[in-house]
Amino acid sequence: MATIQFDNLGHSYHPHPSKPEDYALRRLSQEWEDGKAYALLGPSGCGKSTLLNIISGLLVPSEGRVLFDGLDVTRCTPEERNIAQVFQFPVIYDTMTVYENLAFPLRNRKVPAADVDRRVRQVAEALDLTADLKKRAQRLTPDAKQKISMGRGLVRSDVAAILFDEPLTVIDPHTKWILRRKLRQIHEEYRLTMIYVTHDQVEALTFADKVAVMYEGAMVQLGTPQELFENPEHTFVGYFIGSPGINLMPCTLGNDHALVDGIAIPLPDRAMSSAGGRVGGKFELGIRPEFLELTRSGNAGAIPVQVTGVDDLGTSKLATVRLNSHTLKVRLSEEQEIPALDAAIRFPTRWTKLYRDSHLVG
Amino acid sequence: MDKVQDNRAWFLIIPVFLIVAFSAVVPLMTVVNYSVQEIFGPGQTFFVGTEWFEAVLKDERLHDALVRQIIYSLAVLAIEIPLGILIALGMPGGRSAKTSLTLVLLALPLLIPFNVVGTIWQIFGRGDIGLLGATFRAIGIDYNYTNNSAHAWVTVLVMDVWHWTSLVALLCYAGLQSIPPAFYQAAKIDGASKWAVFRYIQLPKMRGVLIIAVLLRFMDSFMIYTEPFVLTGGGPGNSTTFLSQYLTQMAVGQFDIGKAAAFSIVYFLIVLLFSFIFYTIITRTGEGEKK
Repeated sequence: MATIQFDNLGHSYHPHPSKPEDYALRRLSQEWEDGKAYALLGPSGCGKSTLLNIISGLLVPSEGRVLFDGLDVTRCTPEERNIAQVFQFPVIYDTMTVYENLAFPLRNRKVPAADVDRRVRQVAEALDLTADLKKRAQRLTPDAKQKISMGRGLVRSDVAAILFDEPLTVIDPHTKWILRRKLRQIHEEYRLTMIYVTHDQVEALTFADKVAVMYEGAMVQLGTPQELFENPEHTFVGYFIGSPGINLMPCTLGNDHALVDGIAIPLPDRAMSSAGGRVGGKFELGIRPEFLELTRSGNAGAIPVQVTGVDDLGTSKLATVRLNSHTLKVRLSEEQEIPALDAAIRFPTRWTKLYRDSHLVG
Repeated sequence: MDKVQDNRAWFLIIPVFLIVAFSAVVPLMTVVNYSVQEIFGPGQTFFVGTEWFEAVLKDERLHDALVRQIIYSLAVLAIEIPLGILIALGMPGGRSAKTSLTLVLLALPLLIPFNVVGTIWQIFGRGDIGLLGATFRAIGIDYNYTNNSAHAWVTVLVMDVWHWTSLVALLCYAGLQSIPPAFYQAAKIDGASKWAVFRYIQLPKMRGVLIIAVLLRFMDSFMIYTEPFVLTGGGPGNSTTFLSQYLTQMAVGQFDIGKAAAFSIVYFLIVLLFSFIFYTIITRTGEGEKK
């Protein structure tokens, strides 16, 4: 188990990077706590696998350092770092049995046979592989094979961290859910540092204590699922987390409010104070569909809108409204009535966010 | 077979059936026909039953050639397969100029006509003008493949290795290239040694191409004819006379058509039998428990 630190870490696949776009991973300094479950979330090509491979030691970063418990491991191999990693597609040793597959990482490290046997059986039990231990790994289904890959990661009790690179891609949805619960349980039981790469927000949010959202090579926010939802620090986080994502409208700044097409929308004090000058940069106003309120016009602070559509999602309703040229989504409870003619929306000040050049101002 | 329409499918295989019949079945049956007759000339034939087969099975020279052939083929496999794997493991990967150059160099021996290969080695090995022969002579080894049977034998073997190891290497290379990088990364993380990576990842993943390599090299070397014919002509004595050459001597040299036909059939069955054995062994190993 180890605390993982990134010190000015950056990576470019170009030999002489000049522009920020040349970087697959942009400058990053951070500390990840020991024994926590982290998720790296982002669309494909955002640099999450690059960061993962740097952590595991399969890739040497072009800039900066990686430290495990304060020790510089930037140039160490995965073996020297004592890392376990599970890959996207199951990697199994075809000619071995399930038992031999699970024992392989331990036997390579010359662990005494009795300990090997105990650990293998423990892990097999945890992953429901006990019945298959004597079978040849090659003959199993893809999910069972992926369980073996995970098992090989979990079997070493002394690892610094276990890394998962989109491990549930090949697994069917139901088994996916079970395996994620399993991993979660194993994490709670052994308090291993786990790092989980995924492009699926549900997977990230249900698995991790903290989620790092990555976008175009930059880590735009690291926070608990709740923080990501309630206080997205970057418009991308707002858009990527939640379904649908945050509502965004370009705006300008007034004295204590934002102006969207000349309509004043009140902003929280912190946004106003930290915005500083009113010029420079592109301002955007953001609010999650869950926090927008649909009322009737005439109520205090209500801005008249036109309801253009309602989707019934079974457990909630999703209304699409037009505010001048902007389309906004509003999430409503099943019971709530939708005013046909005099609909209006209200922006609760607490949840109204101001972004400058995609970054949260307040 | 209740429906008449079902039988129409048979018409579709007629073209293939005819081609196979004319290219394989008819010639083979002609040989079978010859093998049971004594032939003095056109129209002067009479039935002799299994006499030729008995003669072939008792033929001392044929036994010698067969033993020589088996040793030769096994030696070819024992050298070319491991060597080919080693070369494939050492080849550069990825799309670089180095890779292309290596592939071209390796493919070169495969592109040379068989009799040219024989000629190249015949000159290469000559003591007076050949690079190999002259070098041996210069360092004091009395190398002469024309009158020393051991030298002749080794030269034919080395020539085959030179000619065909590339094929094994290229096949293995293709097998190695198809292994996803995640396997190597996982092995690194599992702390596997280089040997373990070879034994548990590379070798199992190469099994398919190795089956093909072993079968091709076995069948080809078991039927080798042109290269030793050009290089040594089967000599000195009979030391490099392999089965096909003995067969040719019998059929074309002595015009012993009936005996040669019987020999051909036995020869064909031997190749078939060995190929079957190799195929079974290789496909079974690594499969482990059968369902």
